[in-house]
Amino acid sequence: MLLNIKNLHVSIAGKEIIRGLNFSVNKGEIHAIMGPNGTGKSTLAAAITGREGYEITKGEIIFKGQVINDWSPDKRANEGVFLSFQYPIEIPGVSMTNFMRTALNARREYKELPPIPAGEFLKKMEEKKKLVEIHSKLTNRSVNEGFSGGEKKKNEIFQMALLEPELAILDETDSGLDIDALKVVANGVNQLKSDENAFIVITHYQRLLDYIVPDFVHVMYNGRIVKSGGKGLALELEERGYDWIKDQFDD
Amino acid sequence: MSDEKKNGDFLDEVTSEEYKYGFVTDLESDQSPRGLSEDIIRFISKKKNEPDWLLEFRLKAYRHWLTLEEPDWALIHHPPIDYQDIIYFSAPKPKEKLKSLDEVDPELLDTFNKLGISLEEQKQLAGVAVDAVIDSVSVKTTFQDTLAKHDIIFCSFSEAVQNHPDLVKKYLGTVVPYTDNYFAALNSAVFSDGSFCFIPKGVRCPIELSTYFRINAANTGQFERTLLIAEEGGYVSYLEGCTAPQRDENQLHAAIVEIIVMDDAEVKYSTVQNWYPGNKEGKGGIYNFVTKRGLCKGKNSKISWTQVETGSAITWKYPSCVLLGDHSVGEFYSVAVTNNYQQADTGTKMIHLGKNTRSTIISKGISAGKSNNSYRGLVRVSKNADNARNYSQCDSLLLGDQCGAHTFPYIKTGNETSTVEHEATTSKISEDQLFYCQQRGIDMEKAIGLIVNGYAKQVLNKLPMEFAVEAKKLLEITLEGSVG
Ligand SMILES: Nc1ncnc2c1ncn2[C@@H]1O[C@H](COP(=O)(O)OP(=O)(O)OP(=O)(O)O)[C@@H](O)[C@H]1O
Ligand SMILES: [Mg+2]
Repeated sequence: MLLNIKNLHVSIAGKEIIRGLNFSVNKGEIHAIMGPNGTGKSTLAAAITGREGYEITKGEIIFKGQVINDWSPDKRANEGVFLSFQYPIEIPGVSMTNFMRTALNARREYKELPPIPAGEFLKKMEEKKKLVEIHSKLTNRSVNEGFSGGEKKKNEIFQMALLEPELAILDETDSGLDIDALKVVANGVNQLKSDENAFIVITHYQRLLDYIVPDFVHVMYNGRIVKSGGKGLALELEERGYDWIKDQFDD
Repeated sequence: MSDEKKNGDFLDEVTSEEYKYGFVTDLESDQSPRGLSEDIIRFISKKKNEPDWLLEFRLKAYRHWLTLEEPDWALIHHPPIDYQDIIYFSAPKPKEKLKSLDEVDPELLDTFNKLGISLEEQKQLAGVAVDAVIDSVSVKTTFQDTLAKHDIIFCSFSEAVQNHPDLVKKYLGTVVPYTDNYFAALNSAVFSDGSFCFIPKGVRCPIELSTYFRINAANTGQFERTLLIAEEGGYVSYLEGCTAPQRDENQLHAAIVEIIVMDDAEVKYSTVQNWYPGNKEGKGGIYNFVTKRGLCKGKNSKISWTQVETGSAITWKYPSCVLLGDHSVGEFYSVAVTNNYQQADTGTKMIHLGKNTRSTIISKGISAGKSNNSYRGLVRVSKNADNARNYSQCDSLLLGDQCGAHTFPYIKTGNETSTVEHEATTSKISEDQLFYCQQRGIDMEKAIGLIVNGYAKQVLNKLPMEFAVEAKKLLEITLEGSVG
């Protein structure tokens, strides 16, 4: 099992958001998480990636057999957890190239490898730029600065492609993408997908799942996963909305 | 011969006066006694074999200094300085060489490595005896040959006094008169040594005057005096300081830099200041009171100051431009980082006197720990400075919530056709940015370094290439341990 979450409770500023969540992911799988706004999907992503302020009050997050509750965000990242941000962050004055080289080398240092040679790095950049059809004029800019909404999302997938994570969480990467960009993102994911990694795709739209076909679809509500199924569940949600689920689970 | 005679008379005068005051200064000694008096100044001047006019200059400065009070307007605090407890002259003596890098403070070596300084250079900087692998003398010679070919004078201030007394006499104190301020008066009375540079008409100095400085960085003194002149159409890029941490047992530093630039000439002056900042508890560290000013005397002349200030317990420094020539340009690009208990009060003055003069100020303050970081600037447009333009941007970045950032921009315009623009921002390093970096595997400390360097990029880009790289690493090192 790549990721195993047991009875997870997460609070933000003393307010419990995730309330006893169980969830597991094996290598080679794609899981979609859906659910109404404000039910804790991004909070779950933050808890898995170790964001400060997201306090795990109960339960365990187990990644590759180790409890990672107390690990720093960078350690989790270097062990292979990647988050495509719902709202990517701008870092003025730091070029994408510099940022990615720093990130790749941080990982290599963590794995006790020497820094990546400049030539090899540039080759890798070119290769991955093609994969997500991202333009050099973007990678030459500062991180996310002046990127359009869609460009920012593509840039997340570009980073994912470079870092080759074992577990990638895509938090609404499809929101704000036009249909061509959506295909590019999906194509990126499909090319990276292997038996050695897994994806958690958080989305509101079944449309993305036409391109990234999930093995499982989960519905999150009030801080818990309340329903799981196959791809069919997404279609059902699209048709029926969430009310029938809300009715079932409202306290 | 008359010089010799004068010196002889002078010697008598000095010795008799010393007697009068009840102590005897041993002229053979390499060091003056503690304290400051006219005798001590005579001793210094004599030791340096200076002409009378220079001694007079020093004495006038000293007498003026006695009438002044230490300024208290800067946002800095320190225990009173005992000016009588300082040794104002000691001959540069060769430091005792260490046998190998093994004898050097491991913490210092660690910093050298982080800065990416080569092993050979590390040895030089740490005062380890070097074998013949790197021959600094030959580097210096090639360097001097190149300069000589272009008739550029670049030497120590003391050498200039001996070999080019007319030039020194003509320009010394013309931009920073000894009456300028307390520390300028003190420096003018007791300055030890420094650099002199003269770029003749029409000459573009083909090399950065920095390579040389690295090799000689260890010689910078307590009361440094620098004089730089670029004649019509001349150009020079000059770098002082060193990214490597520098220690000095003298706590008080008071330097003066004067620059004079004629028609169509340009001087780019870059500083990397990394004097010992004191320990984490705020003990020790250099008090750095510096007066730097350039005079754009000619038409279309230009002075550009770039500074990266990371060291010193106290930094008090306002590199300024007097824009006298029509169409002259002044620039000030600054990054000042303070951590732990460091205090920096730094900025610039742009004095617009000529018509169509332009100035740009970009200041990036970064404060961490319990430090205090102030930008203090003055833009003055005189009534004849038609169409003068200034743009100022002063940004402050706070790391943590126990540090302070302050901005004191003063603007005085006496000409209606002038435009003065001022923008200021204060921000905290953002949690979002830090988490974004960490999520990509970059640890907190590296993330801070990355974000801070991005923030300071506009200024770092103005540095000569090879120093920009080191300056970036220097920022990271300075901020180590500032968060978490
Ligand atoms: N930093 C925070 N401080 C306080 N409350 C927060 C914070 N972050 C999230 N919350 C609250 O936690 C709840 C879950 O938020 P979360 O962002 O996880 O929802 P989501 O399922 O991702 O929603 P969406 O579909 O709109 O992205 C919401 O009620 C939200 O207001
Ligand atoms: Mg969300």
